[in-house]
Amino acid sequence: MSPSRHTGGDEPVAAVRCTGLHYAFGSTKAVDGVDLEVEPGEVFGLLGPNGAGKTTTIRAITTLLPVPPGVVGVFGHDAARQRMAVRRLLGYVPQQLSADGSLTGEENVALFARVFDVPRRERAARVAQALDAVGLASAAHRMAATYSGGMVRRLELAQALVSAPRLLILDEPTIGLDPIARDSVWDRITEIRTGTGMTVLVTTHSMEEADQRCDRLALMHRGRIRALGTPAELKAGLTAHRREAGEAEPPPPSLEDVFRHFSGSGLDEPGPDERGEFSDVRRTRRTASRVG
Amino acid sequence: MSAAPAAPPPASADPLPPEERYALLLTPPQARSGWRVVPARVAAMCAVELQKLRHDRTELYTRAVQPALWLLIFGETFTRIHAIPTGHVPYLDYLAPGIIAQSAMFIAIFYGIMIIWERDSGVLTKLLVTPTPRAALVTGKAFAAGVKAVIQAVVVIAIAAALGVALTWNPLRLLGVLAVVLLGSAFFSCLSMTIAGIVLTRDRLMGIGQAITMPLFFGSNALYPVSAMPGWLQAVSTANPLSYQVDALRGLLIGTPAHLGTDLAVLVAAAVLGIASAASLLGRLAR
Repeated sequence: MSPSRHTGGDEPVAAVRCTGLHYAFGSTKAVDGVDLEVEPGEVFGLLGPNGAGKTTTIRAITTLLPVPPGVVGVFGHDAARQRMAVRRLLGYVPQQLSADGSLTGEENVALFARVFDVPRRERAARVAQALDAVGLASAAHRMAATYSGGMVRRLELAQALVSAPRLLILDEPTIGLDPIARDSVWDRITEIRTGTGMTVLVTTHSMEEADQRCDRLALMHRGRIRALGTPAELKAGLTAHRREAGEAEPPPPSLEDVFRHFSGSGLDEPGPDERGEFSDVRRTRRTASRVG
Repeated sequence: MSAAPAAPPPASADPLPPEERYALLLTPPQARSGWRVVPARVAAMCAVELQKLRHDRTELYTRAVQPALWLLIFGETFTRIHAIPTGHVPYLDYLAPGIIAQSAMFIAIFYGIMIIWERDSGVLTKLLVTPTPRAALVTGKAFAAGVKAVIQAVVVIAIAAALGVALTWNPLRLLGVLAVVLLGSAFFSCLSMTIAGIVLTRDRLMGIGQAITMPLFFGSNALYPVSAMPGWLQAVSTANPLSYQVDALRGLLIGTPAHLGTDLAVLVAAAVLGIASAASLLGRLAR
């Protein structure tokens, strides 16, 4: 993938490495043995239905959930032993619309510049650049409460960017947005990745977005990764499988077909024992209602 | 340093090449370390609190109503009927420091609602993924709560001065007042955040907040001297940090005999304890 300013030395260090990640809430296994490697500079998509374990995986990588040492690494730093070092490398945009409506766009970003120790003399310039990178320069002095859903998402991107993270983690960045806002959010993500060489780890429900915007994908279902590869690889794999199964001229599969093949069900029919379904839906609704 | 991007940048109205557009976004800021982290986070949280107050001052005005009534109605009336033994000090003078402490506490005790709102909206989650240890985050929030309390104290002092209370204008003593108000509100906001970490919902926190504010207020020396209380209430007052705060404020502002050393020690210990307990429960809000 793209040569990045971050990868010094001969031995490439994975942007994210999970080795046998397990996480259970009580007796329900949210993540049940995930092995994952995200390469520096790529846009890596984590796909799956509600309750597949995507958010739990992300929360483990962001140090929000406690994990044992040696299980999660970010650019070679252990998420259990070197929490602060890991956090300095991360820009995180959670699923909820998490900008503070009672502050202006600029103040929202400045807060994150402050907590990442951006020196005062550099703060204003850095905040301005982050806002400009997401196309909010002209709205910088407006209260975030007056922003549209797509603008809030872009503001959150700016909040994450201001500390120059090496890994941008986006949890359902386009949830609840209309198609135009979705595209504008994704265009910014792509642009920023191109301009900075950042690694992007993103979760999504949308097969279409994953197909178009991600370099590589992991399909998650019931806490496990069922398939891994580029969108083209995943589709080619299914075609090959169908040929072997005796279909003479299988139609070109969509990513949705691939997912259905590996999980045994579609995105619309998650299993009956999925954890967090209710809280997922509640959170999604809350997000949707704030998007308006 | 910066290598060529993998793909040509998408057509954009901005003429600057990405190397320049993102120049500052390529270099991570130098990390502060050691003891400098906590003051930096406190400053960041206080800055946010001040910005919010600048945008919307409604709260400042509405918050001033209650202490004004306490001083104006309760204070003036009880000064006249001499019902409470305050020695040679007029009752209104005696009451003013108590009302400063009380109104600051009323603000701080509901601060946990803000934490619950921040958790529901994802703001807290995001702050927890910054290089901010939990104790530093709670300390920052605790002193940010103090920003409002200090402004409230200034308002009450102004009202009291207008009513003719003989207050000190010695800058050193006023600095002491500032410290005492900050410490007290740090403790009560941490108490509130601790309860937030236990009950996790806004409604329950509101209920508990309502239930404990009045006992804390009446179980202190804010309205009457400890010597006038029955024995059991004296015991409550001894365990109540608000009493130490009032004692210190009274000593500093109107010069009644106070135990400043003990008061400060108790307030510092209470604030540290509060920060520790709120920080240990913050993880519950993150899940």
